[in-house]
Amino acid sequence: MAGATTHKVSFIDRIKMGLSLHKKNSKESLLAIFKHPANSLLTILVLAIALALPGIFFIMANNAKSLSSNWDSSMAVSVYLKDSANEAQAQKLVGELLEQQHFKLVTLTTKEQALEEFKKYSGIANSLEMLEENPLPMVISIVPNDDLIRVSELETKVKELEQLALVDSASLDSEWINRYQEILKISEKIGSFISFLLGVGVLLIVGNTIRLAILNRREEIQVIKLVGATDAFIRRPFLYTGLWYGLIAGVIAALMISILGNLVVSSTSRLAELYQSQYQLLGLTISQTLILILIGALLGLLGSWFSVRKHLKEIQPS
Amino acid sequence: MIEFHQVFKRYEGGHEALKGVSFALETGEMAFLTGHSGAGKSTLLKLIALMERPTRGQVILDGQNISQAKDRHIPFHRRKIGMIFQDHRLLYDRTVFDNVALPLVIAGVSERDIPKRVRAALDKVGLLKKEKQLPIQLSGGEQQRVGIARAVVNKPPLLLADEPTGNLDPELSAEIMNLFEQFNQVGVSVLIASHDLGLIARLKHPVITLKDGRTIRNDLNEEVVA
Repeated sequence: MAGATTHKVSFIDRIKMGLSLHKKNSKESLLAIFKHPANSLLTILVLAIALALPGIFFIMANNAKSLSSNWDSSMAVSVYLKDSANEAQAQKLVGELLEQQHFKLVTLTTKEQALEEFKKYSGIANSLEMLEENPLPMVISIVPNDDLIRVSELETKVKELEQLALVDSASLDSEWINRYQEILKISEKIGSFISFLLGVGVLLIVGNTIRLAILNRREEIQVIKLVGATDAFIRRPFLYTGLWYGLIAGVIAALMISILGNLVVSSTSRLAELYQSQYQLLGLTISQTLILILIGALLGLLGSWFSVRKHLKEIQPS
Repeated sequence: MIEFHQVFKRYEGGHEALKGVSFALETGEMAFLTGHSGAGKSTLLKLIALMERPTRGQVILDGQNISQAKDRHIPFHRRKIGMIFQDHRLLYDRTVFDNVALPLVIAGVSERDIPKRVRAALDKVGLLKKEKQLPIQLSGGEQQRVGIARAVVNKPPLLLADEPTGNLDPELSAEIMNLFEQFNQVGVSVLIASHDLGLIARLKHPVITLKDGRTIRNDLNEEVVA
């Protein structure tokens, strides 16, 4: 069909044309969102919330992980001595333990020291005065060398220590760390799954919004198809609308997260102080924020793409 | 320009709209397509514009069998045809200018050239002063002329019109037909479906008459004359 009016357009001109069309489409669809903010705002807010929640999960998991990594290095074994043991015997044991190459720090807490500490931190000093004798045992705290960092090795060591004559019991402080980490893993799995669902939600919301936009412009699409528009031409503005929705929602989600961070940062540093820790709340880094916005934009584009693919085919001129 | 070879069209419900239609419209020729409503006029035009596909037979446009055209080629096919409808099919939220510019924007004509060509088309239909108005502010005859300007702005070699004067009074109808004749005089092939027999009789152009999906009158050749 060599039509008399086929325009001879050079390749470069076509690329230029294509670029300017993209620029025009993206600008127009962005303007359309701002022109009718009431229509779009609600959708964008829902999208932003759906994007902010996974972001918050991510931050929580991140903080929880970095907290526990601090503890890993301070894993210690507490050895409780029998009441019958006296201080000299205890000192001798400390010496023996230090001779073993496995421990880098072995400290003895005498009954009196233990009581002092207990008074200081428990806040029930007065009631302790009423006790006739000190009920606290002597404790030897052992910090293992870095070669003995693995929990299973430590556990065998603890069993060995319990065999000693002076020792009443020994316990590894890591047990609750293990539990904590297991709970963390479970929470992470649940968080990932919920995030996945929210992501699907974003796809569906964008898809549905675009579906309505397409149906609203049904007649226009028919006319444009009649005058020779390609599917790509018709598709483009809708894809840009979806992209903008996701992108704007991503930016708002990042804002929501940073507001939340600012709200809790003072409380967390207070909390860290109470635990005598230097811990600082981790927020989103700049690159993580960009990734969040990018994910929003991608989900928006993908959602509109699914919708456009399905619904533009159904609209044919008649 | 257009050839139909024993074209049949049966719709999904079983209704047979065309039952073996053959004719050939030469390049530069202008013809009328008549018949009662339901005789198959609209179906015939839709086959040319690839809004429908024939069940059997061949539809040839510009030497190419379009019945087998791939879906993705349809837009480019339609750009070679200027289509005019009884209900105008304008975009009512855009100005006259934007409506007429639409085929150019779609075809990727550069923004620099668009105003010039839109105004040339509007000038031909006598609506140059109304380019900034919305279609709804125009009369029926003017809206139809906007539709014609949109159909010719890209200078297609073929114009198809489906009842272009359907809602217009005789004087306006004559004006519209006169416009089509002007385009025909500069070499554009024109096929107009109409049931306005009086008007058709006054204009001396070949006529194809359909009845129940068959041609009962055909002033055109059945084959392209070599």
